[in-house]
Amino acid sequence: MELLPTIWFIAIAVLWTGYLFLEGFDLGVGMLMKVFARNNTERRVLLNTIGPVWDGNEVWLLTAGGATFAAFPLWYASLFSALYLPLLVVLVALIFRAVAFEYRGKVDTAQWRARWDWAIALGSFFAAFGVGAALALTTTGLPLNANGDRVGGPLAWFSGYAVLGGLAVVGFSLLHALAFLALKTDGDIRHRARQWFVRLLPVLLLPIAAWALSIQFLDGNPWTWALVLLAVAAAAAAWTCARKAAEGKAFLALGAFLVLGTASIFGAVFPVVLPSTLDSAFDLTISNASSSDYTLGLMSVVAAFGLPLVIAYQAWTYWVFRRRVSAAHIPEAHTFLPAVAARAFTTKG
Amino acid sequence: MDALDALEIARWQFGITTVYHFMMVPLTIGLGLVVAVIQTAWHRTGNPEYLRMTKFWGKLFLINFIMGVATGIVQEFQFGMAWSEYSRFVGDVFGAPLALEALLAFFVESTFLGLWIFGWKQLKPGIHLACLWIAVIGSVFSAYFIIVANSWMQHPVGVEMVDGRPVMTDAWAVFTNNTALVAVPHTLFGALAVAGGFLLGIAWYHLWRRRRDGVDTVGPDGKVVPGESADISGRDRDDHKVWIRSLRIGAVVAMISFAGTALTGDLQGKLMFEQQPMKMAAAEAACHDGTGFSVLSIGNLGSQNCDDIVALIEVPGILSYLAKGDFTTEVQGVNSLLPQYKEAYGTHLPDNPIYGERAGQEIDYLPVMEVTYWGFRMMIGFGGLAALAALVALWITRKGTVPESRWLMRLAVFGILAPFGANAAGWIFTEMGRQPFVVAPNPDPSGIDQVFMFTAAAVSPGVSAGELLASLVTLTAVYAVLLVVEVKLLVKYIRGGVVSAMPELVHAPVDENEDATPGPGGPGGGKPADDVLAFAY
Repeated sequence: MELLPTIWFIAIAVLWTGYLFLEGFDLGVGMLMKVFARNNTERRVLLNTIGPVWDGNEVWLLTAGGATFAAFPLWYASLFSALYLPLLVVLVALIFRAVAFEYRGKVDTAQWRARWDWAIALGSFFAAFGVGAALALTTTGLPLNANGDRVGGPLAWFSGYAVLGGLAVVGFSLLHALAFLALKTDGDIRHRARQWFVRLLPVLLLPIAAWALSIQFLDGNPWTWALVLLAVAAAAAAWTCARKAAEGKAFLALGAFLVLGTASIFGAVFPVVLPSTLDSAFDLTISNASSSDYTLGLMSVVAAFGLPLVIAYQAWTYWVFRRRVSAAHIPEAHTFLPAVAARAFTTKG
Repeated sequence: MDALDALEIARWQFGITTVYHFMMVPLTIGLGLVVAVIQTAWHRTGNPEYLRMTKFWGKLFLINFIMGVATGIVQEFQFGMAWSEYSRFVGDVFGAPLALEALLAFFVESTFLGLWIFGWKQLKPGIHLACLWIAVIGSVFSAYFIIVANSWMQHPVGVEMVDGRPVMTDAWAVFTNNTALVAVPHTLFGALAVAGGFLLGIAWYHLWRRRRDGVDTVGPDGKVVPGESADISGRDRDDHKVWIRSLRIGAVVAMISFAGTALTGDLQGKLMFEQQPMKMAAAEAACHDGTGFSVLSIGNLGSQNCDDIVALIEVPGILSYLAKGDFTTEVQGVNSLLPQYKEAYGTHLPDNPIYGERAGQEIDYLPVMEVTYWGFRMMIGFGGLAALAALVALWITRKGTVPESRWLMRLAVFGILAPFGANAAGWIFTEMGRQPFVVAPNPDPSGIDQVFMFTAAAVSPGVSAGELLASLVTLTAVYAVLLVVEVKLLVKYIRGGVVSAMPELVHAPVDENEDATPGPGGPGGGKPADDVLAFAY
């Protein structure tokens, strides 16, 4: 077993887990803008819980992508080109979502806000679904030829696993967002979020559990099965804590569920990073898809210092913005323009 | 067999998405630096106009920043999506700077900017200011890593060929590639030039409006007499200081950065004459060896036939100076370079399936000269014009305000576009000038001969032209819509003036907006009961 490719396989698993953990709840909050929030003030409460942090969370995706490129270029090239159309959807979804966060409050009309609310909700949904589909497919396989190129046309990637993986990340994100809102808001939203969390947990975790289990049946080994059992215990703990209104513990237990669940999946498929459904001789593995030891060594040194630093300052951000947000904190919309524009208009010419 | 050509579509897509992304990026980097300096001035002096400048320019900075973020993800993904053969070939060396950009720079930028936007009250003033500086320095490092990656495509170093792929053997060489070391300051000065023009044009507009509305008047000595407007919030004497100071900062930044781009560009040119002589010959549309710089060449540059091109006006010696630093060394033209390229890198593409339909075709080593010739001149021309305009603007406004001329105001506002044009033209020139290579061969004596890649081999073999067309159309449409939205919002906030970024300046209840959300904040104050949200989406 090669040491450096193994370390980078673990590093990339950590980056994806970090992404799902952090962006998971802000994608979920985005989707909840349309199904949970009841009026504009509530939507603004939701937005402001993730306002200072969503962009930093999203960089985990870029880092996961960049690290895959650097550490396993053949994995990156095959996966991204094979999933061309679904990743296009993810890109468009992320673009609209990002812009919507920043622009939603910049014009004070109901129509403007409604459009960007849809951009946030649908953008979050499609980003979560697409990322989930891509992650599921890299564990279950794509129709790749000997060169690692997709065979069978633009939709050849499609399978039940794509849908399952998509639903898995959507479901988890929604649940994670409910846990996050219960922890980060106050008043009615806090209580509703906790109620929803308790009621919906079994449904929302069903697809991710189905994905993790099907991977175990395909590739599992005793220790990854053990991780699955621990993940189930963590989910049960999250449910119990939420019922007891221990919101912080519920959030952390759900996080533990995610960490254990993704570890069980990545652990089971190791050392294959992207199987070919045409011929297992074409499978991409940590050995045949990786960069040179020199490059991996360099990246290891930088990551060993860089990643803990990232975690430290992001944790500090969460500490700075630790206080609960409630409807009472939401300021009035700032309507500067009518006064100035009207004046500019009347004096024209 | 296929009317659609996957390679051409993929190249158009890369070009459109990259040029678009690089409209947002220089403004982000340049304006970020300027806002950080201004906030530092406020932190030190406590002068209210510096706070207003920080808030106003900071608001525009953020409206633009988010577009750079949103379009940046496309850049990282499309190497794998559309250029999988390229990614496989270069991954060992090219992936590292991209990964390090995300890990060491973009994380910093995104996280600390979030702290800056939302942390006005949660953080102590010094720490809040430090967050902005950290974010801005992150954006500079971000530029560095991306340019290291790009420079490796221009001038591959620090690798060895193993099983047909370049493998990194010397990270120091890659990260201190001389191509990158001159391109980084060149790009940063280019970014500052954009910010300078932006400040200058917008500040001019506001000074002009204050004069037109009779708020500011001019005394008998020609000096400005700043006034106050009773009926519009925030249009007081401090407001005049905001704009005149912004205008002067903008003009000075524009001039310094032009000087910076010229000096670094000169170094870069001399390197390029060595590293990619064909690019520079094409920049000159120079067919024959010579010493003269073409001021105007006519003929059909697009015909790719050197015999049709006539240099109408030529300054002797200047080309030699650009290339070698003297006035007499002959610089090689296209006609003498072509045989050298053919000998070194072949006359025909290999019969390899990765070239698709192009396998076995004759290689055209001449970049599209219309693009290289005019791209090079537009870069210099727009840059120079902006700097000249900045100098004139400083002179015109020496007595503290701008003339009442509407025409001059429009010129200042539309002049904002010139540095953007210079940046885009420069990148289009250098990327198109590298063709037909995506990784240009390194002709240094120390260079590794086989480390190059034809663009024709780089595209994803498994991706259909239809998929690429779908993404080209989708992304172009999305980008067009968002450009309209961004410009609309920028215009709205620019016209609103400082008060658009500072609700606390509103002194009268802001009326009659039927959509205003009921909230606990007092009229116009926008201040919540405590400091949970210093800024709210």
